[in-house]
Amino acid sequence: MAAPLSTTPLHAGMKARVSRITQSGSHSRRLVEMGLVVGTEFEVLKVAPLGDPIEIGLRGYRLCLRRKEAEFLEVEAVG
Amino acid sequence: MALVGNPNSGKTTLFNALTGASQKVGNYPGVTVERISGEIKIGSRRVEVIDVPGLYSLQAISDDERVALGVLESSPDLVVCVVDAPNLERNLFLLSQLAERGIPLMVAMTMTDFLEKAGDRIDLSRLSNLLGVEVTAVVAHKSRGVRDLVDAIDRNLSQPRRSTIPSFRPDAITLRASSIRERLLRIGLDVRQTEIADAISGSSNELLARLDAYPEIAAEIVAARENRDAVVSGDAHADAAERYAWASMVARACLSAGGRGVRSVSDRVDQILTHRVFGFAIFVGIMYLVFQSIYTLAEPAMDGIQFCSQKLGDWVAPMLSRWPVVQSAVVDGLIAGIGSVMVFLPQIVILFFFIAVLEGSGYLARAAFMMDRLLGWCGLNGRAFIPLLSSFACAIPGIMAARVIPDSRSRLATILVAPLMSCSARLPVYLLMIGAFIEPRFGPAWAGFALFAMHFLGLLIAIPVVWILNRGVLKGKRLPFLLELPPYQWPKWRDVFLAMYLRGKVFVTIAGTTIVAMSIIIWALLYFPRSDARVQQYRSEFRGAVASARPDLSEESYVEMRQIEDSYLGRFGKTIEPAFRPAGFDWRISTAILAAFPAREVVVPSLGIIFSLGKNQDEASMDLRKALMTAKRPDGSPLLTTYTAVGVMVFFALCAQCFSTLAIAKRETNSVWWPLFMFGYMSTLAYLGACFVHLLERMFG
Repeated sequence: MAAPLSTTPLHAGMKARVSRITQSGSHSRRLVEMGLVVGTEFEVLKVAPLGDPIEIGLRGYRLCLRRKEAEFLEVEAVG
Repeated sequence: MALVGNPNSGKTTLFNALTGASQKVGNYPGVTVERISGEIKIGSRRVEVIDVPGLYSLQAISDDERVALGVLESSPDLVVCVVDAPNLERNLFLLSQLAERGIPLMVAMTMTDFLEKAGDRIDLSRLSNLLGVEVTAVVAHKSRGVRDLVDAIDRNLSQPRRSTIPSFRPDAITLRASSIRERLLRIGLDVRQTEIADAISGSSNELLARLDAYPEIAAEIVAARENRDAVVSGDAHADAAERYAWASMVARACLSAGGRGVRSVSDRVDQILTHRVFGFAIFVGIMYLVFQSIYTLAEPAMDGIQFCSQKLGDWVAPMLSRWPVVQSAVVDGLIAGIGSVMVFLPQIVILFFFIAVLEGSGYLARAAFMMDRLLGWCGLNGRAFIPLLSSFACAIPGIMAARVIPDSRSRLATILVAPLMSCSARLPVYLLMIGAFIEPRFGPAWAGFALFAMHFLGLLIAIPVVWILNRGVLKGKRLPFLLELPPYQWPKWRDVFLAMYLRGKVFVTIAGTTIVAMSIIIWALLYFPRSDARVQQYRSEFRGAVASARPDLSEESYVEMRQIEDSYLGRFGKTIEPAFRPAGFDWRISTAILAAFPAREVVVPSLGIIFSLGKNQDEASMDLRKALMTAKRPDGSPLLTTYTAVGVMVFFALCAQCFSTLAIAKRETNSVWWPLFMFGYMSTLAYLGACFVHLLERMFG
C-alpha cells in the first residue's frame, strides 16, 4: 500500500517505488531533481540508529535523506 | 568558458588539472558563493575558465544555482558539462537543462576508469550522436585525456555546437513562449524562445528587466508566470519525470554492463565504516586523530612562527632605536600583529589537509550521515559537524569549512556559533586562572574538571543560540537535507594540496590587510599619549613612595604599567570600569579585555604589563599567578576571588575577541553585518555570563 515515506516502516534491504508526490514546492522539487520521480524504484540501504536519516540506492548512486523531510513522497513496497 | 557539473562528478579535479595554481578565489557580489576561476593556455590564447559551483539542477532555488544561471546568462563562449560515467543517468538531468538553453556546449566524461574496473563499457560516439554535441573522455587525476580535452575545447571554441535534444518544458509553457516571441518579433526584438520560457517558469528575471519599455508584454509574461501551476496542469514536476525518462533511455543505449558489480569494494568498505557499532568507534577514532594531529603537528610550526617574529623584532629594534615611536610601532605593532595572525596558518593548512582527504575519499559524506540525527536535534545538519569540531582547534578554519553546507541559512547558523566552541587560543587564559585560583585551593582533579567545563560551556550555550537563531533572524524555509554518498576512493593528492594552498592564501590575504591594520590601531591606543615628561613623572613617583612600599617592583615595569594606565586604552578601560562592576572586574581587567580585542590570547601578556611584571609573561608564570592572587582593590579587598577568576574564564569562553575570526566571518558571509552581529551577541553573552558568576558570588560566596 502507498504511504508517505515518513510513516512507512523501513528496513535495510527492502525495495520500494515512488507512487505519488503530494506537493509541488521547491522542497519536493529537490527530491525530484535527484531522481525520485514517480515510478522510480529504490532500495533502502541503511537506516541510521534512531530511524533518521536513511540511505537509499537509486539510479546507480546513493542518497541520504531525512524521512521527516520527505513526508510528501508516497511510496509502496515492491516485491 | 564555464565548467558546470554535479557535485562529486570530478569537476574540481578536472578544473585543477586544467588550471593548476593559476586559480583565483573571490566572491560573487551579494551572495556567499565563491567565484573560482583560472586560466588555460591553448596555443597563444589564454582562456578564462570559471568553475561554477557543483549543482544537480538549474532551478534557481539556492544561491549556487542563481550564480550558475548568472554565469550562463553572461553568454560564455563555451560551457563544458562534466558528466561522471558511473552516474550517467542523474548527470544527464542537468545536461538536459543546459542543452535546452541553446548555449555552445560540450561534454567531458570523467571516471570512465571506474566503469572499466567494473567491466562496464560506455559508447561515447553514440552518446555524442544522441546529444548532438562533442563528448570527450578524461581521467583528470592521471592526466590521461586532459590533452585531448584541451584540443576538444579549442575545436569547440572556434566551432561551437549546440545540442539537438528536444525541449522538456511542458507544452503549455512552450506555446505561451512562442506566442510571446512572435509579438516581440513584430516590434523588432529577436529573443530566443528558451529565454522567454525561462522568464515564464521563473528561473530568470533578465528578460523582464530588458522589457521595461514594453510593459504590456512584460505583464503578459508575469501573468503567465502567475498561473504557471494551472498551466502545467497540476503536476509541476512533469518536466523532471520526462527528463529522467529520457536520461534512462540514453543511459541504456550507451552503457553496456559487464556483470561485475560497480561498487563491490566500496560496498565492503562501507559495511565496516558505517557499521552500527564499529562505525561509530571508527568515526570517533578518526576525529580524535584529526584533532590530535592539528594540535601536535601545528604546535612546533606555531612555536617556530612565534620564535621567528620575536627574533625579527629583536633584530629590527636596534636599527630603529633612534626613533622610539617608530620602533615600537614596527616591533610591538606591525611585527607582533603579523606574528599573532600567522600563528594560525599551520592549523588552517593542516585542517584543510584533513578535510580535503576526508572529502576526497568519500568519508566526509558518511560522517555527515552518522552525525545528522544528533546535529539535526540541535537545529543544524550533519554537514555542520566538521566546521564545529574544527572550531575547537581554531574558529577560522571552522568557519571556512562551513562552505560544505549548501543551505545558506544552515551555513550561517553554523558560522555564527562556530566561535563559541572553545579554541586553542582560550587555553592560556584558562590555564592562568585555573593555575592561580583553582588548582592551589581545590587540587588537580577540580582543575581538570574546570578545564573540561570551560570547553563544554560554549558547546552547551551554542544549542539554545541555534534554537533562537532558527526562530529569529534565520527564520525561513530550509532546503531539505539531501546528501549524495559517493563511492570510496583514494583522495587525489593534487586536489588536496591545491585546497591547502588556496585556503592558506585566502587567510593570508585577509590577515595581511584588515587584521594587521587592527593590531596597529590597538597598539597606538596603548602607546599614546607618551612623552619624556610623563616618563620622568612616573620615575619620580616610583622613587618617591612606590619603591619603599613595593620593594618587589622594578622601576621599568612600574613605568610600563603607568604608561598603559595613562594610555588612551587605559583611560577608556577606566571609563568603562563601572560597566564591568556587575561582573566584579576593575579597570585592570577591563583594560586587559580591551587590549585583547584583536586576539584574546593577548590578555595574558597584557595582564603581565598591568600587574607591573613586564610584557614577557605567559600562562605558566608563577609571578603572574602570584600577582593575580595578591592583587587588592583600593579598599583592601582582594581583586580576584575564585568566583571572579571563573567570571574572567567565562567571559573569554563566550566573547568574540578575535579579529581574525570576525574578518573571516566577513569574507565567508560576504557582509559586515553578520560579523558585527556575531561580535554583539557573543560579547553580550560573555558579559552576562561574567555578571551571572559575580551574582552567584554575592549570593553564596
